[in-house]
Amino acid sequence: MSRYFTKDHEWIEVDGDTGTVGISDYAQGQLGDITFVEVPEGGRGVSKGESVCVVDSVKAASDVYTPVSGTVAEANGALADQPELVNSDAEGEGWLFRVTISDSAELAELMDRSAYDAFVAEL
Amino acid sequence: MTALNPAGWRPAIGESNDNSLQHATASGDRGLSLEEPLSFEIGGADKCGVDLDEPEVGPLPSLSRFLRKAAPGLPGLTEPETVRHYTRLSRQNYGIDLGPFPLGSCTMKHNPRLNEKVARMPGFADVHPLQPRQTVRGALEVINQLAWWLIELTGMHGVGMTPKAGAHGELCGLLCIRAAIEARGEERPVILVPESAHGTNPATAAFAGFSVENIPATADGRVDLSALTARLGPDVAGVMITNPNTCGLFERDMKAISDAVHAAGGYVYCDGANFNAIVGKVRPGDLGIDAMHINLHKTFSTPHGGGGPGAGPVVVSEALAPFVPLPFTARTADGVVHLVEDTDDDVFPHPQSFGRMAAFHGQMGMFTRALTYILSHGADGLRQVAEDAVLNANYVLRRCEDVLAAPFGHSGPCMHEALFSDSGLPEGFSTLDIAKGLIDEGFHPMTVYFPLVVKGAMLVEPTETESKAGLDRFIASLRGLAIRARDEDQSLHSAPHFAPRRRLDETLAARKPVLVWKGPE
Amino acid sequence: MRYLPLTDTDRAGMLAAIGLGDVDELFADVPPETRLPGPIAGLPLHAGEMAVERHMARLADNNLAAGNAPFFLGAGAYRHHVPASVDHLIQRGEFLTAYTPYQPEIAQGTLQVLFEFQTQVARLFGTEIANASMYDGSTACWEAIGMAGRITRRAGVVVSGGLHPHYVAVIETMAKFTGDKVETRLPALEAQPDDAALIGAIGEDTAGVVVQYPDVLGRIPDLAAIAEAAHAKGALLIVVVTEPVALGLLEAPGELGADIVVGEGQALGVGLQFGGPYLGLFGCREKFVRQMPGRLCGQTVDADGKRGFVLTLSTREQHIRREKATSNICTNSGLCALAFSIHMTLLGGEGLARLARINHSRTREMAERLSRIAGVTLLNDAYFNEVTVLLPRDAAGAVDALASRGVLGGVPLGRLYPRAVQLHNGLLLTATETVTSEDIETLAAELEGILA
Repeated sequence: MSRYFTKDHEWIEVDGDTGTVGISDYAQGQLGDITFVEVPEGGRGVSKGESVCVVDSVKAASDVYTPVSGTVAEANGALADQPELVNSDAEGEGWLFRVTISDSAELAELMDRSAYDAFVAEL
Repeated sequence: MTALNPAGWRPAIGESNDNSLQHATASGDRGLSLEEPLSFEIGGADKCGVDLDEPEVGPLPSLSRFLRKAAPGLPGLTEPETVRHYTRLSRQNYGIDLGPFPLGSCTMKHNPRLNEKVARMPGFADVHPLQPRQTVRGALEVINQLAWWLIELTGMHGVGMTPKAGAHGELCGLLCIRAAIEARGEERPVILVPESAHGTNPATAAFAGFSVENIPATADGRVDLSALTARLGPDVAGVMITNPNTCGLFERDMKAISDAVHAAGGYVYCDGANFNAIVGKVRPGDLGIDAMHINLHKTFSTPHGGGGPGAGPVVVSEALAPFVPLPFTARTADGVVHLVEDTDDDVFPHPQSFGRMAAFHGQMGMFTRALTYILSHGADGLRQVAEDAVLNANYVLRRCEDVLAAPFGHSGPCMHEALFSDSGLPEGFSTLDIAKGLIDEGFHPMTVYFPLVVKGAMLVEPTETESKAGLDRFIASLRGLAIRARDEDQSLHSAPHFAPRRRLDETLAARKPVLVWKGPE
Repeated sequence: MRYLPLTDTDRAGMLAAIGLGDVDELFADVPPETRLPGPIAGLPLHAGEMAVERHMARLADNNLAAGNAPFFLGAGAYRHHVPASVDHLIQRGEFLTAYTPYQPEIAQGTLQVLFEFQTQVARLFGTEIANASMYDGSTACWEAIGMAGRITRRAGVVVSGGLHPHYVAVIETMAKFTGDKVETRLPALEAQPDDAALIGAIGEDTAGVVVQYPDVLGRIPDLAAIAEAAHAKGALLIVVVTEPVALGLLEAPGELGADIVVGEGQALGVGLQFGGPYLGLFGCREKFVRQMPGRLCGQTVDADGKRGFVLTLSTREQHIRREKATSNICTNSGLCALAFSIHMTLLGGEGLARLARINHSRTREMAERLSRIAGVTLLNDAYFNEVTVLLPRDAAGAVDALASRGVLGGVPLGRLYPRAVQLHNGLLLTATETVTSEDIETLAAELEGILA
């Protein structure tokens, strides 16, 4: 399994043709307390860069873009009652949705952990 | 993700006060700091503040299947309890009557009491909108006189009087633009909006069925004319521009912007939220504006009332006048004010109107107040309003810019609001700390974290109704807070300390919404 | 100028303090050719309080105030007695001159009022939640339709013929621009609303069914049956209440299956005011909360653990979500909500129920008296405080004749439906608690004279 990041602060953990997507720990830290997550419906076709999810903090609503194209396999149902999981464990329990990847070549355009860390350090 | 929290607002609740002076009282009150339960917690089903007769006859038999099984579960209060409940609650509020309310882009000025008295005259307050027209000649005259003033003050051609607030006025203006474009047989799906715009602008454009594209600002805080011009084309219906803009600056290129938009077949909408800065000094019609809403509750001082009601009449150019919504008033040749309620009115047919935006004829209670305000000031007083409002803002700007960053302080004089930011404050000190510190100083904070284009923005609009002495007091407090922040005074993080409530947990409120009273806890 | 505190000395001193010599230097960014050289020519100059008051009083006196005549108008705006304490309390400067409560630490008064208001509206409507107000009933109705579309992801709207024609006009105006498919109809002059036809119009693409209760002719639709039919097709039932006092007597729409209930709150506390400002009421099921328009006040705690209130769920709103907001509304009707809430608190649920029974009793008296006039027919089978009577002639002429005799005798249907000639003999009449038996007798006697 390997993990990639986008410049828009999403991460994707790839296992075979399934990717698990969330927002980075850096992003949750910038947003502050997450109050609500609007997750996508399973079965929805999505294309790379499309807004598929909204993360609300108290005074901001941020669109989350899918890092890859494919079909939404499932959303993280735990977030309905516990949106704070995105704060406490953004890159683990706070994942947002899983996507069945249609074009794994798209992964090549993403950053690995060290490249993302360097990117964030520049912000 | 979209841009991460560009405005920089983050909830921070601070520490609890652990102060021996804060010992509990048995009542929960402290001197004149009064706590007040919910009306439901002190009321009773057997209490009523209105004496009502016994009905003479009961419900119609045919009504029996529709009857309510039980009265609504709402406890009542007698009059003395009611007066006390709301009076005690009122004391937990700040209002203009108590001190400066320098909310940028909100124009919180003194509300003259004559306006309240006039609005309550039975001939205005106690007339029904559908009374026969011959019984409401004076009311129609008020609408028409106000319309005339608004047209004259803005140099425009017509006005739609019915919009109920600024955002409703924006919608009115954009629907006029859409109707005008459709009447030309064209399709123009795009509205251009500067990044610094008030949030209602893009929301309204979307509501009116347009797609919204942002136009960037220049380094000195104004619309980038060349970027705007480059984007114009046959798909662009128009632009929405706030002038003076939300950074507190006059758009110097306004006429050039209008000319470019018109040359490309589009229309210019101006958000009139900041008209207070220019009333009597320059007329939007002379700048090529096609439509502009006027917040009567800002420039013309109808009270904000804790969030409304407002009123947002829209003045329009000759090109858009045929499309304004119904109803409206117009004076006939014999001098009588006529109410036009239908497109095929027999005196003033108005076939191209885009329709109706609300029931009845507009915010009459605001019209009477605004007209009273306008007649009190007159053409000379209104011009003085703008000059004093702008002078007061510049005075605040120049007296504070050595201790607080003023992002556009170098761009020349500001208009009626002074923009600061927290960029010069030490790590960990933010706009929120300054704002909450102002509460402890006895002032209402300025607008914070808006405009979004300036991180940690603080937008101060003193208005013309502050005295110099009052401004000097405010400036002393604001400077003091900036200096305390520079000195890293940690107590700012837990401000306010002296208000009816400390910082409130907005995260809890949003995660687990409790929107109605559910019963005794 | 009595409203401008700066003296000429102040102005000169302040200009000097910021390094300027003349106030026009502050307007340097305004292109000189557009700068006005002085007060706009042809406009009056400032005037003293007495002169302005005299001017406005003269205009006010050129209207026939409802309190000065036997008064029977309704049709979406109702005249009730407003207790004196209501207007006193809303003029407290801390309420009147406050802004939207963005700084909750110093706005708990407004916020607690809004929380109480939301609770009152929800209990009155029988809905789980309610918002902090909209502009008025007609715009709240439009917002409800938009919300139903977002929830159901459908574009069809079925509108009852009993919906106030101004509300219908607002819907049709907005639908021209949003592309919603709106199906409207005119009311028929029948004793009962045609619920069956409405139910028949509900289809697979229907987002919402809009029904007024009681309807514009004063009749009462069978909400439970319409709700069941709407839900069977996956549509939402939107109920519109233009006279909230009716809900002191009639079952709450939420209890009968309504998904969204909107209304005009003017009848309680606000007054007639020639049509505005009024008060939009908006309640719905809790599961739809994130699709709601308008401000919401929520309960929370402060840093010391004390109960307090804040504006919440604001990520739905224009100042955050911008073009993706659930509505563009910003300013709402806060002070009118305060007036409504105070009036409702004075009444309590039991008081409202009694007020409603008094209204209904007066209206029965009026309807029965008018029915005895030759040529006048009562249309309604059931009604609350508003009825439609059919005259043997165009009702507008009769209303004008009544007005010339000092009686404000209802709303002719021709005023509401200028193009539907088949309705023009209809006259809408309302009798609230403000109407006396003498008023009813005067109306009846004058009408008899006019029709004779």
